[in-house]
Amino acid sequence: MAQHKVNYTQNGGLPIALTSVDKIVNWGRSNSLWALTYGLACCGIEMMASGASRYDFDRFGTIFRASPRQADVMIVAGTLTKKHAEFIKRLYDQMTEPRWVISMGSCANTGGMFNTYATVQGVDRIIPVDLYLPGCAPRPETLQYGVMLLQQKIRANKAGNAQKAKRLM
Amino acid sequence: MRAYKPKDDVQAKAYYTDRFYVAPQVPKSSVEEDEIFANDLAVIKAKFEVKDAYIQVEQMVIHINANDIYGVLELMRDELAYTQLSEMSAIDWLAKDDTFEIFYQMLSMTKRKRIRVKYFIKNGQAVDSVEKLFRSADWSEREMFDMFGIEANNHPFMKRILLPYDWQGNPLLKTYPLEGDEFAAWYEVDKIYGKEARDIIGPELRDTAHVDRYDSERFARLGHEVPKGTEITGDEPAVSASYQEEGGVFLVKKLDKESSIVIDDPQR
Repeated sequence: MAQHKVNYTQNGGLPIALTSVDKIVNWGRSNSLWALTYGLACCGIEMMASGASRYDFDRFGTIFRASPRQADVMIVAGTLTKKHAEFIKRLYDQMTEPRWVISMGSCANTGGMFNTYATVQGVDRIIPVDLYLPGCAPRPETLQYGVMLLQQKIRANKAGNAQKAKRLM
Repeated sequence: MRAYKPKDDVQAKAYYTDRFYVAPQVPKSSVEEDEIFANDLAVIKAKFEVKDAYIQVEQMVIHINANDIYGVLELMRDELAYTQLSEMSAIDWLAKDDTFEIFYQMLSMTKRKRIRVKYFIKNGQAVDSVEKLFRSADWSEREMFDMFGIEANNHPFMKRILLPYDWQGNPLLKTYPLEGDEFAAWYEVDKIYGKEARDIIGPELRDTAHVDRYDSERFARLGHEVPKGTEITGDEPAVSASYQEEGGVFLVKKLDKESSIVIDDPQR
């Protein structure tokens, strides 16, 4: 005999949960943050480790996508060179709104140790960043905690209001 | 924040001096000491002018005329079995006597010997490409063009290799500032947003270790976070970070540390 956990005596016998639009939309958004794989340097290895079985990003609903059109959050993992800057901007523009950006590691945050002519001194010069993760490179736990914080940030939004477009300019 | 210094004329003022310890030259010995090298040198000397030749760290170094390079390398490849060009590039001696030193590192697998062929060119002079002799010279010469601005005649694709095509300046010149000139400093902003965006985005912050404790716009004190833009007084209350908000999250179970299982067996 099938066993199920629906308690028909609750909620007037209906298997329902009441909530607000804000909460259900934010629940959906925050628990299916599909990330754009953006491994630019050694932070990319840590990002890959977060997605692999030991750290298992999938249980947060974070699944890496290779296309910006399917991604919600761009995890910029590594050193952004000036030659590559226009492409990160193009990929960011191709992501559908609402979209978020995590800047992972010292290089993406500030240029890090690469205080040189060829390195962008922080990706926030090119695209707006929601979350900065410190570390060189941040461990997978840091990235996972960062995604949790981003989830909190998403849940704090009013989903009913139109998303205010985050643009650098 | 560090004061912003204009970098317009920074390349005009060559800052190159020997600021560091200049190591003494490794002792040079005569080519006659090594039979194979002496024989190789005799073959080269029969056809081309050799200005100087010596052995340094078991490698023969020969100085030749700039326009002989193709012939010398061809002779070395076809008759002396130096079949590999393992490295070539330039050295900036502009501050000393307005010249570039061009070197070609040759390797013979059969003889197990290396020869370095060198010559000097004046600033602005082009070199002869050896890409027809060694395919490895293709990218090396492009890199030399990229980094020093030295062009190679008869190269099939004389364009920048590492830096973007619209880059200005040659970064391996000793006059090139490490942190970039005015062009490099604004390259990505100019290209993506245009020059009028410079005021909005602002100059690069080059002091990466800089943290301003009283700037709540761009920094947050760990464990004492305040909303963006709050004036910092120093007695911010401690904020405990927790994954979930106070009221819980819709459809997501709140983590209870007491009842959660901690797996401490690393071999699980």
